[in-house]
Amino acid sequence: MQATELHQLTIHEAHELLKQRKTSSLELTKSVLKRINDVEGRVRACVTIAEDIALKEADKVDAYMRAGHEITPLTGIPALIKDVICTKGIKTTCSSKMLQNFVPPYDATVIEKLNAQKAVIVGKTNMDEFAMGSSTEHSAFFATHNPWDLSRVPGGSSGGSAVAVSTDEAIYALGSDTGGSIRQPAGFCSVVALRPTYGRVSRFGLLAFASSLDQIGPMTKDVTDCALVMNAIAGHDPRDSTSVPHPVPDYAQHLVPDIKGLKIGIPGEYLVEGMQTEVRAALERAVDKLQELGAEVDWGVSLPHTKYALAAYYIIAPSEASANLARYDGVKYGFSAGNASNVIQATERTRQFGFGPEVKRRIMLGTYALSAGYYDAYYVKAQQVRTLIKQEFDQVLQRYDALVTPTSPTVPFKLGEKLEDPMQMYLSDICTLPISIAGIPAISIPAGFADNLPIGMQIIGKPFSEGVLLRIAFAYEQATDWHSRKPPLS
Amino acid sequence: MKLSHEQVRHIAWLARLGLSEEDVEKFSLQLSNILENIEILRQVDTTGVPPATHSITLRNVFRKDDVVDSYSQTQILSNAPEQEENCFKVQPILE
Repeated sequence: MQATELHQLTIHEAHELLKQRKTSSLELTKSVLKRINDVEGRVRACVTIAEDIALKEADKVDAYMRAGHEITPLTGIPALIKDVICTKGIKTTCSSKMLQNFVPPYDATVIEKLNAQKAVIVGKTNMDEFAMGSSTEHSAFFATHNPWDLSRVPGGSSGGSAVAVSTDEAIYALGSDTGGSIRQPAGFCSVVALRPTYGRVSRFGLLAFASSLDQIGPMTKDVTDCALVMNAIAGHDPRDSTSVPHPVPDYAQHLVPDIKGLKIGIPGEYLVEGMQTEVRAALERAVDKLQELGAEVDWGVSLPHTKYALAAYYIIAPSEASANLARYDGVKYGFSAGNASNVIQATERTRQFGFGPEVKRRIMLGTYALSAGYYDAYYVKAQQVRTLIKQEFDQVLQRYDALVTPTSPTVPFKLGEKLEDPMQMYLSDICTLPISIAGIPAISIPAGFADNLPIGMQIIGKPFSEGVLLRIAFAYEQATDWHSRKPPLS
Repeated sequence: MKLSHEQVRHIAWLARLGLSEEDVEKFSLQLSNILENIEILRQVDTTGVPPATHSITLRNVFRKDDVVDSYSQTQILSNAPEQEENCFKVQPILE
């Protein structure tokens, strides 16, 4: 073991030290808290730091371990959680003024599952308000900065979680992905992140944005950690009727660095106009590496409906959001504007002053698409196109074990660059949206740099093929060293 | 598709979303621009294609009607902006 500081460890490294009694959960947690203290002023990844709760929990876990109990891979390991996932007794704000003081009376299922492994939750990470955005600039509180270049965005909406993992403010984090919100920031910050198959991980306690698209997933320092977190959070939950009752495999078993004979396709539609040449070059090098490792690569794959995914997404997701966010009326929880003469005015004022501009934009767009006279032309049409996109993926994935694309068409952009132009912001998710629409899994892993700015590779698979994606990602990671590079933050 | 100020106000009313005059102006332009980009969907022939409501096909999800603990009134009311006599407090609905 090198003279590494504790917060720099991966889950599996920290777990080994805990098992050998070479460190304690308290030491790990203190190291992470110190790291947060050192870098947070520059990157601003966290909305809430639950220092007291974390130290107390770490202490309890240490006592549990001293008592000789068996420990699991996440026991005693400090994590940060995207602030869209309910944590009992710890504020859950969705980075919105609407929920600035909301303290959930319950834990999300994924938090219960982490708690069952005696994980230590250190705090909550910044995000685009209600997970709507691609840069974390739409947080109602503050923007998060990309540690690779502080003048650039970390991506979004799980920007805080991506930055926290990249800067060692946590050993790992959870994010959520609706149209790319786990994968795009992972690519922008050079970390590993998996969007599971829709239904693989329970959404209970995940504040709803677009229910048919939302999924929670791991954001980690390497592929092994990603498998370990998946082992902890995947599985059926009676409280989420869209969670799937398939048995959960041991994802760690898929971590074999052998991809000989696997068929990997590269869909031409993802090498889009406007894609940076450096990103394309990095993808080509990464694909060459996969081929070198024994994969059978085909550059001739076509998914012709790809170009309609953005339009379909920006009907479906806002429509569901407009319905889901109807609950924020200033009565049951959250912000209330007050000073109204009747109940309708009270609701209007609460929503006017509680929601930020991007959330309002999407509520408006969704309400319009669902309103009388436009429902068939927009909502039903988008859902039909969704069927076609899904069918196209199903057909192509019969012939390939996985598809590979860049995670984003560009390297991280400048803060403020796309803030006033929603369409340009939406286009930064062009490579991730179709996968969400089809409900299939995809992992983003570090695949290179252009002028010290990260480039991510997205590996896409059949429903419930997370194991195959982890295997390909693991083989690539073993053969490269992108994942071990750290941002230039002292 | 160009959204007029009047249409923007109507949508905001449906969504119970208060908007400033500045917002109405801004959304009229931005939403029109977004909808223009969404027009591309018209190019797709969707004759006979069933709409997908979900990406997975789960039907008739049942569970046992077991009695489990729920939350106390205090817990549920703990985040309410205003409460009175163990109830959420709202503005009068009937004049």
